[in-house]
Amino acid sequence: MNLSAFDIIGPVMIGPSSSHTAGAVRLGQMARAVLDQVPAKAKILLHGSFAETYKGHGTNLALVSGLLGMATDDERIPKALELARNAGMEVEFIPTDLGDVHPNTVRIEMTGKGDRNVSILGSSIGGGRIRITKLDDFPVDLSGDFYTLIVVHQDQPGVVARVTTLLAGAQVNIAQMRVSRQKKGAQALAVVETDQKLEDTVVEMVRGLPAVLTAMAAKPLA
Amino acid sequence: MAKGPTISELLAEAGEKGLSLGKLTINSQSEQFEISEQELRLKMRENLRVMRQSAIDGLEGKRRSMSGLVGGDAKRLEERRLAGKSIAGDVMARAAARALAVAEVNAGMGKIVAAPTAGSCGVLPAVLLTVAEEVGATDEQLVEALFAAAGIGLVIATQASISGAQGGCQAEIGSAACMAAVAAVELAGGDSESAVEAGAMALKTLLGLVCDPVAGLVEVPCVKRNAAAAANAMVAADMALAGIKSNIPLDEVIWAMNQIGNAMPCSLKETAMGGLAITPTAFKIKEAFLGAGKQDKQ
Repeated sequence: MNLSAFDIIGPVMIGPSSSHTAGAVRLGQMARAVLDQVPAKAKILLHGSFAETYKGHGTNLALVSGLLGMATDDERIPKALELARNAGMEVEFIPTDLGDVHPNTVRIEMTGKGDRNVSILGSSIGGGRIRITKLDDFPVDLSGDFYTLIVVHQDQPGVVARVTTLLAGAQVNIAQMRVSRQKKGAQALAVVETDQKLEDTVVEMVRGLPAVLTAMAAKPLA
Repeated sequence: MAKGPTISELLAEAGEKGLSLGKLTINSQSEQFEISEQELRLKMRENLRVMRQSAIDGLEGKRRSMSGLVGGDAKRLEERRLAGKSIAGDVMARAAARALAVAEVNAGMGKIVAAPTAGSCGVLPAVLLTVAEEVGATDEQLVEALFAAAGIGLVIATQASISGAQGGCQAEIGSAACMAAVAAVELAGGDSESAVEAGAMALKTLLGLVCDPVAGLVEVPCVKRNAAAAANAMVAADMALAGIKSNIPLDEVIWAMNQIGNAMPCSLKETAMGGLAITPTAFKIKEAFLGAGKQDKQ
């Protein structure tokens, strides 16, 4: 139980809704962190209550603000669509049914530089808190409360051990970790939530490990 | 979620240590999160600054909500007060106008402090800023009052809920009124026991309140409930300061709120599938503002 006084009197945020606005900003922030850049193109599929009420809550503005790297208390949030246009980001909103998921769920399909494609599936679970449940087709469980390292790698013995050894050497403590794969021997994904900041040099070293295809790092969400 | 302390445990600890509920909360937060008292006070002072600014912003009456349903009412009420016409009296009207103001800023995508939620963000600033003016409290005392409110809110959040989706509106606006009543009594110089009596009386009055937002938006009836809850908290604070007791202790009122929230059907818990949300006028509003366009490209 880690609720603080500032979870009760706080957060400072742009209204109107902690789940539909503040939470949506954080979902956008996480998507941006996973892509590792501001997307050139984002197709945003809205489910359930998000699909029903996104305009009235500014959920669309909030998601785009997150993709642009803004925080939940950024007073430019109402102008996010204009800012996205200026930044050359193409955005599309599609209300849809994403199946058996939380009522406040979104799927963000992003294209970045060099035709890099990433998608995330995430939910706003109340009070501005979020949960990312899928990264591309990999099941994950990301809260954005920690420093996060995402490693895409070939599913073979020793890769995870090499990553954790490297983190240990950098004095980075692991809070949570999850490894998943599409099938045996195919591409796999390791998501590591850590207590300490992941320095660029550490992420670069992870990228250089054998059988690692790519790695991204995210800061705790603001 | 693991259960934290109860209100009676907080009262006992405050009594033993000779601290107000606000100072007790500062102490325990400082210990739990290993943050200095000074840093905690600074952070809360920043929240107070945003609260004050949102009240000023809202009274200007320039903001409209996304749907256009909300905005300008705080200014209307404030003008009536300034004209000396308020039938509830100057202090009460000032608090009510401020509550509308902050809630309107929230609905219009302005900057607010969730207290405890965005939907109920008007109650605490309205009551505390107004009571502070009446009793001549300093900002440092306001900061302590906000910590007292947070301490009570933490108990409610762990013993019951502060989410409309889980407990109905009583869990949001009821919790806000309860927290505001407790903090108002501490600000006015009442003891911790009276403060908690005020909290119990404020929350009791709002038990059973359902969350039935028109078109699913944080606008109708949310904004005006902030004004009513602020008035409720001030009446409860006055009653407690007069020595009136709740009869049912706050811990048991919180228990009752949780029990009522669990018994409430989902249609009355933020889903917009019951209550005011399914009245003919609500459907018309929903149609007018949200019906257009299933796909949106830009």
